[in-house]
Amino acid sequence: MNSAIKTAAIAKTQVTTASRRAILIWLGIGLFSLFLFSLFLGRYPSPGLISFDQLNTDELAQRLIVNLRLPRLLTALLLGVTLAASGTVFQMLFSNPLVEPGFLGVSQGAAFGAAFCIVFLGGAAVYTQSMAVIFALAGLGLSYLLGRKIRYGGWVLRLVLAGIAVSALFSAGLGVLKYIADPLKQLPEITFWLLGGLSSITWRHLISILPATLAGLLILYLFRWRLNLLALSEETAFSMGAAPKRERILLLTAAVFPTAAVISVAGMVGWVGLIMPHIARRLFGSDTRLTLPASMLLGGIFAILCDDLARTLLPGEIPLGILTSLLGALVFILLMISHGLKVEK
Amino acid sequence: MNQQFLTFENVFFGYDKKSPPVINGLNLQINEGKIASILGPNGAGKTTLLFLALGWLRCSSGNISLLGKPLQNYNRKSLGKLIALIPQSEHIPFEYTVLEYVLLGRAPYLPPLGMPSDADQEIALEALERVGISHLYSNSILGISGGEKQLVLAARALTQKPRLLLLDEPTSHLDLSNKYRLIKILRRLRDEGTTILMTTHEPEIALAISDDTILMNNGQVLSTGNTSEVVNDANLSLIYSVPVKIIEVEGKRQVQWI
Repeated sequence: MNSAIKTAAIAKTQVTTASRRAILIWLGIGLFSLFLFSLFLGRYPSPGLISFDQLNTDELAQRLIVNLRLPRLLTALLLGVTLAASGTVFQMLFSNPLVEPGFLGVSQGAAFGAAFCIVFLGGAAVYTQSMAVIFALAGLGLSYLLGRKIRYGGWVLRLVLAGIAVSALFSAGLGVLKYIADPLKQLPEITFWLLGGLSSITWRHLISILPATLAGLLILYLFRWRLNLLALSEETAFSMGAAPKRERILLLTAAVFPTAAVISVAGMVGWVGLIMPHIARRLFGSDTRLTLPASMLLGGIFAILCDDLARTLLPGEIPLGILTSLLGALVFILLMISHGLKVEK
Repeated sequence: MNQQFLTFENVFFGYDKKSPPVINGLNLQINEGKIASILGPNGAGKTTLLFLALGWLRCSSGNISLLGKPLQNYNRKSLGKLIALIPQSEHIPFEYTVLEYVLLGRAPYLPPLGMPSDADQEIALEALERVGISHLYSNSILGISGGEKQLVLAARALTQKPRLLLLDEPTSHLDLSNKYRLIKILRRLRDEGTTILMTTHEPEIALAISDDTILMNNGQVLSTGNTSEVVNDANLSLIYSVPVKIIEVEGKRQVQWI
């Protein structure tokens, strides 16, 4: 190429990258401001903001912010970031824009584990949380083992099939548990868990999920460019010097551990992991070098917004899962009719 | 010239232990700096042979060596710098720009968690220029034609700066003008020293561009050597089980089969 044209082309891509980075920074600023704003927002006692005067004089308001709102908001942030990041990673690894982090038996496994604990083990929060994590990982493990046993199709197809089968098994099991649960005490608790929410989050919850989520997210972030490579067919990724099997399993694990952790404290919060990557791709293109961080920021914003609505809109809490599904589905419909969802014809 | 460029020694391979092997005691030598076609009917084991050369499939017995060193002794990255693949077609699930897509070929040259730099971008643009589609660099890869997509895959392979370029049925989806473009690109690469190994089920393509031809049938090499000697009436009629005649028109050999 004529070197002037080449320089121009490079300059042009640099400008695009720079403007996308700028949007990314603005998203970060937006997230931070929303976080601060939400810290003061709530029903205390009527919907509105806590003023600085009140904060200086009212000891209860201080405790409310430090002991209730801060851990809750941090968890909402972590939840959104994790689900959106895992969603992006899952969509890349399965080269399918319609999968989400609960895929591969993870969500259904967690739901089954939590319900099992509520029905048989008394449903203390610690146990419910641990059982949800254990069964989420069991769901992944089972899907993986079953995927290895399937005799046909590529790696992706086999895992997808195995994931569907394992999810179906767990949801059938969940049906049985709901059927035998005490309709007055246990069933409402299961239902509430399945709807998802952050109303009972404390610092202890947050600290319990922090190591798994931060470690997982860090690994995903570091591999953000490489994800592009792993979205290609296995032999093509291999031909470019990747070790697709090994790298995919590493990234899958790094995505599932944080997902299981956040599900275990927040219950089933759907649609975040499916929608955020789509919006991120709409804004930043498909290169995960930018799409992954963008998706994480958007996820954080979306989760905090939904949680703000959940705790302020009505006198009683609205389950978070309902709001994310409602808003998520609406956004999804908007994306589809505005041709934002581009899939290979 | 390196006679030990790529060698297959008594190679067996089967996808499944229960079914008969797809590659059946195959011996082969690929010369450096030549275009070699693997020619044979559907199901002869051509693509399998190509994927064995890539190292993606591992032979169940026998030995495959590149530059005198068994393929399995190379680490992933160094093999990625030596061998590139242009797949027959590629499912592209997301909307990349052409440049972003071609940049992926730089992966073997990057540190473990590295990302492509401006220098890599320059190499990618050069590769696009070499296949004649640099003007498309900022286009969406889902919005270009099938022929252009194949050229994008070629450009991506070029950014790997491979010594061995593998192509799986490169011309099967291309129209006449794109076939011509690709053939010209491959010839130029060969002249610059790249070894090219491609599968094809069309004898015309083998005749048109390859220096050497490997005739395959039932997982074995039926005949190998200079294209003009190997691609003849008797061999083609045998592997395709239809009467085939090679005729010469204006000094060029053509395949006549119906």
